[in-house]
Amino acid sequence: MTAYLLKRVAIAFATLVLASVVVFAVLEILPGDPARLMLGMNASAEQVEQVRTQMGLNDPLLLRYFHWIGNLAVLDFGRSYTYSVPVIDLVRERVAVSLPLALIALALSTMIAIPVGLYAASRQGRLGDTVSMGASQVGVAVPNFWFALLLIYLFAVWLKWVPAGGFPGWSAGIWPALKALILPAIALALPQAAILARVTRQALIEVLSEDYIRTARAKGMPYRTVLWRHALRNAMIPVLTILGLQFAFLLAGTIIIENVFYLPGLGRLIFQAITQRDLIVVESVVMLLVATVILVNLLVDFSYAVVDPRLRGRS
Amino acid sequence: MSLLEIENLSLTIGNRSILKDVDLSVAPGEVVGLVGESGSGKSMTAMTVMQLLPFTAEAAGSVRFDGIDILAATEDQMCALRGDDIGMVFQEPMTALNPVKTIGEQVAEGIRWHTRAGRAEAEERARKILDRVGLPEAKFPLTRYPHELSGGQRQRVVIAIACALKPKLLIADEPTTALDVVLQAQILDLLRDLVHENNMGLLLISHDLAVVTEMSDRITIMRHGEVMEAGETAQTLSGQVHPYTRQLALASMHVPKRRPFSPLAGEMSSNATEGVASERNVDTPNKTPLVSVENVSRLYPGRRTSFFGRGTPIHAVDDVSLDIAPAQSVALVGRSGCGKSTLARMILALDKPSAGAIRFRGETISHRDEAELKPARRNMQVVFQDPYGSFDPRQKVEKLVAEPLHLLEKKPTPAERREMAAHALHEVGLGSADLDKYPHEFSGGQRQRLSIARAIITRPRLIVADEPVSALDVSIRAQILDLFADLNARLGVAYLFITHDLTVARAITDEVLVMHEGRIVERGATKEILDRPQSEAAKALVAAAPDLHRALARKMQEQG
Amino acid sequence: MTLQTEIPREKLASLATRALHHKSFIAGFLVAMLVAGMAALSFLWTPYDVTRLVISDKLLAPSAAHWFGTDHFGRDVLSMIMVGARNSIAVALVAVGIGMGIGVPLGCWAAARGGLVDEVLMRLNDLVFAFPALLSAIMITAIFGPGAINAIIAIGIFNIPVFARVARAGALAIWPREYILAARAAGKGKALITLEHVLPNIATLLLVQGTIQFALGILAEASLSYVGLGAQPPMPSWGRMLFEAQTRMAQAPWMAVFPGMAIVITVLALNLLGDGVADILDPKSRRRR
Repeated sequence: MTAYLLKRVAIAFATLVLASVVVFAVLEILPGDPARLMLGMNASAEQVEQVRTQMGLNDPLLLRYFHWIGNLAVLDFGRSYTYSVPVIDLVRERVAVSLPLALIALALSTMIAIPVGLYAASRQGRLGDTVSMGASQVGVAVPNFWFALLLIYLFAVWLKWVPAGGFPGWSAGIWPALKALILPAIALALPQAAILARVTRQALIEVLSEDYIRTARAKGMPYRTVLWRHALRNAMIPVLTILGLQFAFLLAGTIIIENVFYLPGLGRLIFQAITQRDLIVVESVVMLLVATVILVNLLVDFSYAVVDPRLRGRS
Repeated sequence: MSLLEIENLSLTIGNRSILKDVDLSVAPGEVVGLVGESGSGKSMTAMTVMQLLPFTAEAAGSVRFDGIDILAATEDQMCALRGDDIGMVFQEPMTALNPVKTIGEQVAEGIRWHTRAGRAEAEERARKILDRVGLPEAKFPLTRYPHELSGGQRQRVVIAIACALKPKLLIADEPTTALDVVLQAQILDLLRDLVHENNMGLLLISHDLAVVTEMSDRITIMRHGEVMEAGETAQTLSGQVHPYTRQLALASMHVPKRRPFSPLAGEMSSNATEGVASERNVDTPNKTPLVSVENVSRLYPGRRTSFFGRGTPIHAVDDVSLDIAPAQSVALVGRSGCGKSTLARMILALDKPSAGAIRFRGETISHRDEAELKPARRNMQVVFQDPYGSFDPRQKVEKLVAEPLHLLEKKPTPAERREMAAHALHEVGLGSADLDKYPHEFSGGQRQRLSIARAIITRPRLIVADEPVSALDVSIRAQILDLFADLNARLGVAYLFITHDLTVARAITDEVLVMHEGRIVERGATKEILDRPQSEAAKALVAAAPDLHRALARKMQEQG
Repeated sequence: MTLQTEIPREKLASLATRALHHKSFIAGFLVAMLVAGMAALSFLWTPYDVTRLVISDKLLAPSAAHWFGTDHFGRDVLSMIMVGARNSIAVALVAVGIGMGIGVPLGCWAAARGGLVDEVLMRLNDLVFAFPALLSAIMITAIFGPGAINAIIAIGIFNIPVFARVARAGALAIWPREYILAARAAGKGKALITLEHVLPNIATLLLVQGTIQFALGILAEASLSYVGLGAQPPMPSWGRMLFEAQTRMAQAPWMAVFPGMAIVITVLALNLLGDGVADILDPKSRRRR
């Protein structure tokens, strides 16, 4: 068990390090001098040079990388060039929107997809299967931001149940804040749920043709019981894999959806930072998102070991 | 009164007729063997009794079990029967158990389901039955997972599941086909004892006439979904009233006629093989062995035990030495996992030894790169076990059979290539019309002929055959063994037969090497070793090998 | 999804008949052809010129003259959808090409070599997977500026590990087959074996993945141009049409509905096509008809 987990941790760590090198390198070759951007076009060359030295921009590349990484490790992301506040404060504020949004969407998608997949697999080839899989086929094809627009039109413009966009902040109370996140979460979750439901059904159907399902049925258990007791757990492995991959899509989706709903989350932040050439914010947010994806995939690897005893080995 | 009574059973799946008017009965305490070649419908008969058929299957006739009309029974009624009154054991133990549940859970599950017993009680009963099938608590606690057990051990678990509630009828569908002969004998003994103890009826399904003869009171012989002949085992097999019974029995006992190597003049002067045949002139003297294996070992790294450490390496092959003379036919026999296939791969230079050297016609071939190996490869080819897996399904026969011509120094022209391929096909009893077909258009036996054609196209000195007939039905098996014997006599090619089946060894080899846990433990003339084995390993193999003669003689005594 | 990858060529005739009886394959195929035809037609003719702004005709509701209505500059929405299809198809197609062209050889190489090469390539795969496609697109655009080419590169890069994984998994399933051993016994090297035996046998697998990635590419392109990182004006693109529609949802919902429908229908058709291909080539799934 430990050998497997240690290996996964090592791989995750190596990926993280490589990712940080990539992010650092990419932003190194970005055009535009942050010092000049910060000071504006009227600043003199000396002033710019002074700020560059202050910011450590004149240090050797390797030193700057290690400096950056070292600070990241203690959650010191530096100061934003444009906002002139610590990046960590900006990030903290924005995470308070993006993280709940992603989590609600993930929960929603899983809670819809797994039961639908189970239902479709248990009624394979019959009407219920055909209808739910037909619906999911359409769901897979719907771009989440378009779906978001339709939701806005229906619930905000037409029915006026929820606001069309914006975020009142958590200080305005849990309910108004949640209300602002409902539509974005649904817009994110449904297309993902459609994919996950199809994967769940497919995985179950594949498992149901395994020899050990026949063994279980030969014990005298009805089809449905076998589905629950034997098929579901084995089918969880591909489902978990997709869930892990989807988290990355969900994060990317959050970036788009935040733009649709004018939510002040990480996605909006990174867009603004790019247009303002606020290097350090871009670096930090990208690194944060990438680290989250890597962490989630590590969790998925861990959950494989929980589901599948073959990965645990003999202790 | 019979426990299971099948009358006029017909079965169709979709539009295909699977079974026609099948009659079969099993009495309490009786062992009934159901024999037939692949596609004869024997498994479908069993699945009909279990009512575990595909949805589109339609059965007609009558199947009565213990007074219950199975064909009319509801799914609930069937659920009550399955696992309680009828137990079933399947062919493939490696996949028959749920990989994510412990063996304890899987055995106890059926017990709890049928008896409504509590967890503790069910586990206690599961423990008892596991002890009974030869998986004692000390080595096999209930918390073991299937992947921690070997194939034979897993089959014992499957048997424990099937027999946990002492069913009235046990159906065993090829329960030992995936196991080696020694395990087969152990599992058959276990089944026999369980049947005796609990007065169960046993329906034993097998393609192996010897196994069925040894086990059954009565046998039913099926072919193409119909019953050919049925009756008391001894009577049926000694009488051989039905021609198919005779055919099956003869094929099971078949020994190919062997002649010494005597090349026909016409064979060698064929234009198509000129490039290869000329090499025969630079023949090495007969005294040097064709193959010599010297102190060869092959280690596999042990299982990773921690992030840095690994367990002790596994000696798949351990300090093995052997020689094969030109035109000699040698069998390498041993139980599954004894290292015989690893050794064969090293001889074929498809795997590298960890230590030791392998010489082919006096030249070292271990640790050579591909280019240097070409001359050696030209002179040794391989025939695999699985006639389905050994051909690329996307290529035509001509290309497949001609593949080894890649090894020739001078690339043949397309016309030459086609002629050589046609010639090779001709030699294995196929025609040039087959050149443009795809492998799926051939039966298993024909594919094995293709495999042999591919192996002889470069006129090699050695053919390594890894269980070449074990996937074939008995009647086909006999033909392929004949072909091997014939080619040995005509082309003077040496064979290394890898097998766990002693009847194959007896049929076509001069010498036997017995391998056990990576080592060669005994060697000598085939007849000598099979008749008077010395080592424990050889004795076990000989004692376990199913033998129709012996089984029939014993049955004749019992049944008079 | 497991696929039976081995289809002898002679079965093609029966495959064709099976395809003709496969409803969703036919539907997917026809609609995909329709979209492609529409894009092709737009080179020669569109109902209205999409580069001409007719402010007097702005925000017209769908009518006989403008089937899908007009936008805030008075441009015909149908014409824009037709021209936008070009962009979507081109971006997705080239991105799939990049993914296949680089990913498949890498995956085959990893499978053939195993060991360190395999490990390193798969770790690099993990690395790319750690960057959500949109995130890398944003970074690439941040460097080179927005545009269709950069969208292609961003989506293409993300396709590489996808194809590498599929090719590797497919090839790993082929390598232990006995016919590969036979080819090795015939003295063939790994490269030759990959070319002659592995690739033909994983081709269908790659074809199916290709359709899936093509559909995903269209979605991704739409997302990118929606946030302004894709094709730039005046080149119409489905994603940007939706962006422009957003603030006018109340007055001109048709501006949002039709381009969105175009995306959904195209992606749906491609998915049906992909499922159909997988179905037709996989005898195991024939029961689903």
